[in-house]
Amino acid sequence: MARRADQILFPTDSGLYCPDGDFYIDPLTPVPRALVTHGHSDHARPGHGAVLATRQTLEIMAIRYGEDFTAQKQVAEGPLRLGKVTVSFHPAGHILGSAQILITPDDGPRILNSGDYCRTPNPVCLPWEPVDCDVFITEATFGLPVFRHPDPLAEARRLLASMAEFPERPHLVGVYALGKAQRLIALVRQAGHQEPIALHGALQRLCDYHIAQGIDLGPLVPATDAKGAQLVLAPPSAFASPWVQRFRDPVLSYASGWMTVRARARQRGVELPLVISDHVDWPQLTATIRELSPQEVWITHGAEDGLMRWCAMEGVPARPLRLVGYGDEPE
Amino acid sequence: MKAFANLLERLAFTAGRNAKLTILAHYFRDTPDPDRGWALAALTGTLELRQVSPSLLRRLTGERVDAELLALSYDFVGDLAETIALIWPEPEGALADVPLREAVALLQSTGKLALPGAIATVLDQMHPPERLAFLKLATGNLRVGVSARLARVALAALGSRPVEEIEEIWHGLVPPFQPLFDWLSGGARPEAAALAPFRPVMLSTPVTPEDLQALTPEDYFAEWKWDGIRVQAVAEGGERRLYSRTGEDIGRAFPDLLDALDFEGSLDGELLVRRGDQVASFADLQKRLGRKVISKAMLQSHPAALRAYDVLTWQGEDLRSLPLSDRRARLEDLPLRSPRIDVSPLLRFTTWEELAALRAAPPSAVIEGVMLKRRDSPYLAGRLRGPWFKWKRDPMLVDAVLLYAQSGHGKRSGFYSDFTFGVWDGADLVPVGKAYFGFTDQELQELDRFVRKNTVQRFGPVRQLAPLLVVEVAFEGLNRSSRHRSGVAMRFPRISRIRWDKPAAEADQLQSLIAMLPPAEVEG
Repeated sequence: MARRADQILFPTDSGLYCPDGDFYIDPLTPVPRALVTHGHSDHARPGHGAVLATRQTLEIMAIRYGEDFTAQKQVAEGPLRLGKVTVSFHPAGHILGSAQILITPDDGPRILNSGDYCRTPNPVCLPWEPVDCDVFITEATFGLPVFRHPDPLAEARRLLASMAEFPERPHLVGVYALGKAQRLIALVRQAGHQEPIALHGALQRLCDYHIAQGIDLGPLVPATDAKGAQLVLAPPSAFASPWVQRFRDPVLSYASGWMTVRARARQRGVELPLVISDHVDWPQLTATIRELSPQEVWITHGAEDGLMRWCAMEGVPARPLRLVGYGDEPE
Repeated sequence: MKAFANLLERLAFTAGRNAKLTILAHYFRDTPDPDRGWALAALTGTLELRQVSPSLLRRLTGERVDAELLALSYDFVGDLAETIALIWPEPEGALADVPLREAVALLQSTGKLALPGAIATVLDQMHPPERLAFLKLATGNLRVGVSARLARVALAALGSRPVEEIEEIWHGLVPPFQPLFDWLSGGARPEAAALAPFRPVMLSTPVTPEDLQALTPEDYFAEWKWDGIRVQAVAEGGERRLYSRTGEDIGRAFPDLLDALDFEGSLDGELLVRRGDQVASFADLQKRLGRKVISKAMLQSHPAALRAYDVLTWQGEDLRSLPLSDRRARLEDLPLRSPRIDVSPLLRFTTWEELAALRAAPPSAVIEGVMLKRRDSPYLAGRLRGPWFKWKRDPMLVDAVLLYAQSGHGKRSGFYSDFTFGVWDGADLVPVGKAYFGFTDQELQELDRFVRKNTVQRFGPVRQLAPLLVVEVAFEGLNRSSRHRSGVAMRFPRISRIRWDKPAAEADQLQSLIAMLPPAEVEG
């Protein structure tokens, strides 16, 4: 008799577990064998016995946690046999190295875990790839119809317009160190900004890594003083530290999908909220489910009530996994 | 609509006054007529539009969006107009921008029955930012932190004119203000067309006892400085108006005083609440401000009055170019019939020492110092240094303990510069006010270091501090307040000294603050 989907993969305290292959996906605690979708710290944690991930995700984990972040590592290339299932990695369009993981059992439904994904073209990573599946596991970070991310290039132009309007004021943009920083740099370059961009020290190594992977980020300088560049990128946490004090009358900005909502932007105390996200927005999320037309949708984390409601209206069987511990990293 | 939406968005998130002025000036410079004029009307509260009710908008949206998804979304976003702007079905394909003038025309002239359909049609032609701007217009709630005054200052900068010139003609202008923009770009100045127009007020500058030594007492009149609201009361050609000192028409909140303006002229004076001869506290006056409807009981218990100190026009004659001594003589002889209007008396003094003694012992708690006005000065618009001085009473002082800190914006980004302070109530510290100025840049850095070292807990952007640092807080007055746990509210509190030397236990008690309160007010 064919195995049911929830026998092949199910939530545990450590995250989603596949007994037939004896592995976890994006585990929250140290486990013997982990499959990791991408390098964000809520998905990629150190201390596992073995990690299977894309080459870039493994390299990013090594940069963040040190070469010894796991006892064994294996690069995911092509379909791989793990116990009684076959797994394969497919681009997710979220950040550099990000992947969806497809589990194909010998007898039973194919389960696609999308990790975090995005369908807006992103110059710093491979585009999302549709993968045929029976069960689609999706995030719902922006699982409400109010989330419609605008064209990110237009958002980058808004940043440049503010810099032109206030040429004497440095513009400090809060960005997450992995993915958002490089994406924003690529976007402002695309929008025509040729000047050097200053980086907070916490962004340096991951930007260097992107450049080493062949991604052109243009001239970057360290943000050691206020004279280097008008555009300065920093992790959002730096805004609460005395580091900000070296800049005279800065415009504080923050690049995140949450900036759609004014109350969220006010909470951050920013003057220039930029809606730039590495996640699918509502139209992309719902379009993806229609396109893949799985027999069932599982929702890992985020605004699951909204997506559950939509699935019910569409007649798509759906269930929330209520996984805790994801989405902790700033979007 | 795109430019207007962008303007509102930028203003809503920009904290600094100068930055707001820059954004406004660029908008007015770059936006064609008549859209910039309609935007000016929206920002200055002079745009009369049909108000669209939240329930109508909710119904229109409910016809297009699943009720449960709408409820979940509203719950998350927290603002109805914003939720609808975001959730409204996105139109297909490229859209032509709906000009602001068309949106305004729709909200001005559409009949009640046609309104829902018209709103839906226009929302279907917009993207979320423009939808939000339209819905904010339609619900009459821009909330971008721009006063009419600030908008006029931006216009003044655009046309390289003093803002007083704009204030003078403002009340004769109507949206979309074409003659105003024509003038600012080099055309002819619009005539002050309004009846009972506002005349830009003459303002004073502060003076210190040291400054006074260089001045001759005989050159000056002195009067009490009343703690009310500076107003210009105008009754001309059958029209009666009460203007604030920035030219806002505040007459609606003071119908009793408008009734009293049974003359033909324009008086400069102080708006007060006065019961018989007794001038009430500023807190009593505040109860009358900003109300659309004033109850009979309120008119009885908090009657408004004018204490005049200058006359600008009388019986069609403009007196502003006369020396003050002549205007004062005219003022004292005016046939003012209403008991709600009296003349602010002159103080007798021959030396600065005598005036200082009067200032030190005013006959009323509603006096906040003395005014000095040069006898030979004409009435001139603006804040010139010389003809008029204010010599305020010394501020009240209290030693308080810093309790909470929050970081500032703009030039103070990254510095903890907004402080909540408290005084002892028995063994507890009770918050009594907030201050974010009074200290030097050097002291700001020291305070910031103190905050970072002594944080005990964080609540979002707010840090709770170990109660260790005493600051001397100066303030201009104290009112009873039911909204504050301490029961008192300070006016213009600022940090006048940092008492690194003083142990927190020696900060002041709430009791000593309560002792500074003015005598109990009559409840209205």
